[in-house]
Formats: sequence, C-alpha cells, structure tokens
Amino acid sequence: MKLLEFEAKDIFRAFNLPTPLGNVAKTPEEAKTRAREIGKPVAVKAQVFAGKRGKAGGIKFANTPDEAGNAAREILAMRINDLPVEAVLVEEKLDIQQEIYLGITVDRTERKYVVIGSSAGGMSIEELAVRSPEKIVKMYVDPLLGFQTYEAREMAIAMGFRGKMLNTLTSMILSLWSVADSYDAELTEINPLILTKEGRLLAADARLNVDDSALYRHKKLTDGLRREPVEQNAREKLAAEHDMAYVELDGDIACICNGAGLTMATLDAVALHGGKASTFLDLGGGADAERVKKGIEIALMYPKVKAVLVNIMGGITRCDEVAKGIVAAREEKGLSIPTVIRMVGTNEEQGQEILSKAGIPFLKTMEEAAERVVQLTKEVS
Amino acid sequence: MAVLVDKKTRVIVQGITGSQGTFHTASMLKYGTKVVAGTSPGKGGTDVNGVPVYDTVREAKREHDATASIIFIPAAYAADAALEAISEGLNPVVVITEHLPVKDEIRVIHVAAQKGITIIGPNTPGIITPIVKQKVGIMPGHVFSPGNVGLMSRSGTLTYEIAAGMTLAGIGISTAIGLGGDPCVGLTPTEGLKLFRNDKATRAVVLVGEIGGDAEERAASFVSKGFDLPVVAFIAGRTAPPGKRMGHAGAIISGSTGTAEAKIKALKDAGVAVAERPSQVAELLRKALK
Repeated sequence: MKLLEFEAKDIFRAFNLPTPLGNVAKTPEEAKTRAREIGKPVAVKAQVFAGKRGKAGGIKFANTPDEAGNAAREILAMRINDLPVEAVLVEEKLDIQQEIYLGITVDRTERKYVVIGSSAGGMSIEELAVRSPEKIVKMYVDPLLGFQTYEAREMAIAMGFRGKMLNTLTSMILSLWSVADSYDAELTEINPLILTKEGRLLAADARLNVDDSALYRHKKLTDGLRREPVEQNAREKLAAEHDMAYVELDGDIACICNGAGLTMATLDAVALHGGKASTFLDLGGGADAERVKKGIEIALMYPKVKAVLVNIMGGITRCDEVAKGIVAAREEKGLSIPTVIRMVGTNEEQGQEILSKAGIPFLKTMEEAAERVVQLTKEVS
Repeated sequence: MAVLVDKKTRVIVQGITGSQGTFHTASMLKYGTKVVAGTSPGKGGTDVNGVPVYDTVREAKREHDATASIIFIPAAYAADAALEAISEGLNPVVVITEHLPVKDEIRVIHVAAQKGITIIGPNTPGIITPIVKQKVGIMPGHVFSPGNVGLMSRSGTLTYEIAAGMTLAGIGISTAIGLGGDPCVGLTPTEGLKLFRNDKATRAVVLVGEIGGDAEERAASFVSKGFDLPVVAFIAGRTAPPGKRMGHAGAIISGSTGTAEAKIKALKDAGVAVAERPSQVAELLRKALK
C-alpha cells in the first residue's frame, strides 16, 4: 500500500523527521487559508501516487494566499497518471542550499534492507545511479541486529557531512530506519531532503510504501485512512474480493489460467502468435466450477475483451470442475464471444466429456490454444 | 543421489490439522513420502490420516527422528513456525504459505543461513525427488518422472507444464525444486545450481524464472564463470507491464529492473539455452543431453 505524501509526512514527523511547515487542503478556499496560516510564499503540491508529478504540472509556487488558491484550483482540476487529484499539500517554500537523497528499500537478492543516501538528490534514484553513481552510498542492514548509530554516522560522513550537520543527518537516517522497520516498508524515501540556506534539514517530499503482506499488523494505518487503501476499478475490486490476481492490459484477449507463472506464460504465448492480451486472471489453485464462472464473468466486464482463452494445468484444480464452470458461464453469463479452452491434468477426460456435450471445442496444448484464439480474435475484429 | 530430499528424508507437517495440511499430508503419503509426524499446538496426542500429532516440533522430532519440515501455517504465524523448525535443526524447511511479510522472510532466511539450513520458499509448491518417491510439497506427483535433469522454478503450474512436456519427451527429473514466488525466498537459483552441480544423478539443469528481482541474472553470472552442466531456461512475463504485480508478490518489474528481456539476455550471454515457449524446454534439453 502506498501512502500519499501528506500521510507519509504525518508519520515521519511522529519519528522526529522534520518536514516543511504546511497542511493539506481539499478546496481552493482551504488552500488559501493554509497559505495565510503559513504567512510566506508556498508550494502547492498535488497529492497523487505518481512520480514526476512536477513535470505533469502538479507542483506550483505561490507568493500570496490568493495565488495559492488559484494554484490549488488548477491542480485539483487535473488528472495525473490518469488519476484525479483529490487534495493538495500547501507548504512553505524553501530556500534551497542542497538537495539530498535518503531511501530505504529491500534488496531482494541480498534479502536485506538497504539504506541508500546521496549528496545529490532531487532526481530519482535510478537517474542518480546513471548520472552520478559515485555519489551513491549504500549500507545493508544486519537482519538480526538492525541498523546501528555508528553505521548511520559512517553513512552521513560518506555522504560528505561533518560538524554539526553530521549529527543531525545521522539521527535523520536512524529515524528513517525506524519508520521503515516499524511500518514494514517496501520503500521509505525522502527525495529531496533539503538543506536550506539557513541550515535546516527538512523532508521536502516523503514516500512510504507498506508491504501488502504485512498490512494485517498495521490496522491503525488502514483504518485511519480517509480513502480506499488502493486505487482500483470495479473489476479489480471484484477480483480482489474473490482473491483472484487480476491485471488489465491493452490488448483484446482475456487469459484465464491457474497459477501466476502459467498465466504470464500464456500472455507471452498469445503475443508470440501475434495477438495481445487484455487480461491476466489467475484463478489460483483448486478452483471449483463456481470460481471459474466468476472469473469468466469478471473478465467479460472489461469492454476491451473480444475473446477468451482458458488455459488450465490441472493439479489440485480439476478439469471437470473447470468444464462445468465454463458451461455455466456460457449458459448463465452470456459468454458468447470466441472462447478457446485448453486443459490437461486431473480429471481431463471427464472435463473433455462435459465440454463435448455442450459443443465446446477444446485443445490439448498451450501453443495450439494461443494460436487459435489469436486467429479467432482477428476474425471478429 | 538427489538434491536436499532423498530416501532418508523424514518429514514433519507443521499445521497438519488445517484443511491444506490435512489434504496434502494424505497426498504426500499416497505418493510415498515418509511423513512421520505433524504439529498443531493444542492438538497433541491426536492423529491425522494415521500420522501422530504433537504440540511442538521438538516433541515430534524427538519421537520420530524427523529430518525435514513442511509448513502449512497462515502467513502471520508462518515465520514463527519456520524459526521453530530451524531451532530443531530440520533441513530443509519448506514454506508453502504465501504472502509472508518481507520483514519476516528476511529474518527467517538469515537465521537459517547461520545454521546452514536451507529454506525452500515461501510461496513454493515444494520439492520432489521422483526416483525415491519423496515429495515435500503440494505438486501433483505423477507429472514428474524420474531421470537426470534438475529443475528449479519460481512458479507452480508452469513447472508442471514444463515437467509434463519433459515426461512426454521421455526426459525425467532428478529433483525438482519450487523456489517460491515471494519477493524474498530462501534457496536462490545460484544456490540451486551449486547443489545440482554436486549431484551425481543430475546431468542438466532447467531454470524456470519470471519477471521481478535479479535472481536469474545472478544465476547467469554464476554460470558464465564456468558451470559444467548444460542449463536450459524459460522466463515468463515478457509481455508483463511494469509496476504491476503479476500474481506472485515477487513478480513485478520495478522501474527498469526485473524485466524478462534483461534476464533472457543475461542467460543467453552466459551460454544458457533459453526457450521461447514452455514446450521448447524439452527440445533444448534433448539437444543438450546428446
């Protein structure tokens, strides 16, 4: 789960990470009031889940409360990354001396948290890795001991800080680690961390992505949100309610399979034969007829879908159940577009019989099935 | 000979009284696996399909000389179960449960590593050695025929797809290992390659990877430094969009890392034969084994 900037900043402050003076606003009037409270030039920032929102026009500066109100009006009318902007953050404008990068993420290969810092911030860490890799400082967190003060200090020194700033940055790095550790964070990031001309260090931006698998132990976080935890359309929501992995793509062939790897491979097979998938739908293990029917029903809700490819490798999933689900989908759910079935494995013969009786053809290999569905899709379009 | 699981393996099922634990215990027993005991706190003294149930791993191990564990425990408690198995020295520990918090995965993997114990998974179908009829997992056993190819995969049904294709082509398997679909898993492809290299029964290795992370690139780099067995690979997710989790928690392209293209390129550069389609794996193996 990703948090919006202002939500992440609320948490950062609770861990003694200073942020610019500011507050969130949902209307131009509120933004005006916020700017008046701050009493100096402000930045008005779109609260959306999108990198590069600045480039999309989602950050504007304002010298007066009236200007802030106008900026908020413009930003709140925008769609960034295809998402509506529902709030802006109004913050004091900072006099920038230096932009710094601080982030903590999981290194999947080392299987450790890694703390990353750089004296050059403001651009994404990936850009940074290309432009000035020599300025990136990385430290792995000991999985059993955690991150130590001396390590944070060594990191701050490697980033080029000494004197009074050394101790300030050290404690900020440690605070950021505490946030990551306390919130099961996949990503905890301050970019940029700004050193102002008057010598303050402030988290000018904040990102906090919490591990979805750990959300059960962060009830306070999910219950306290004033919004849906994830941006989902109706079909994605329905699939999630039924515990099916569902991803929409740009093509027109819905791939309904069992198992994530097999579903991905089926999408690839469709592409190899010149088609394009519209839907990744993984039914999971052991789907019964009802679940298969539901999966097809959800897939058909997506207007781009022109054909359906069901590819099942039976193990704990039984082909007879799958066949019953397909027949039911055709009879009850109006599955009338071209449909190609491939299934092998447990109870294959029974499944074959059910489909044959209903006059539904089926194929034995994944490649034949992919080729056939692409061909049928071309015929209908 | 085989990898990690052989005829001497004696298995404990942690979470044996749950529906998954009970179902797959029966399936493992039917296949031939030596399931010697199960655990379920509070249900010690009962039995499941004739397998005695204990409250703790310590008791189960003491009474039955168990050597390995398979875990069917909900994600919130799975890490504790794995630590319990590790503390008793069971090896390997197979974690079937998916979606463990990454923080828990990291802790379990490193505690195990310190003790020299192999964690398989989380989010794995398990491990199977067909020649001795031992599976510590949930895969359909009949799909895997005995032979001389070591198979490692990040996915379940895709593995069955490829194994079934191999069986049709008359190519069998020494040991097949599900590496797991979560972001952080115990046994890595590189470690798997090292195990297979030292196994006399293995003559070639298949690696089935997918988008996300860089484990395949690391394995490619390991192979490029000189690996004496032929390696065939298949990578799923060439058409997956960036930033979307494709079913597995670990199957996600983040920024520019974790793409299928990068993995395929790294593997090809290392001299690995990369299949375009799952069915091609058997074909490439046949050439490699000549």
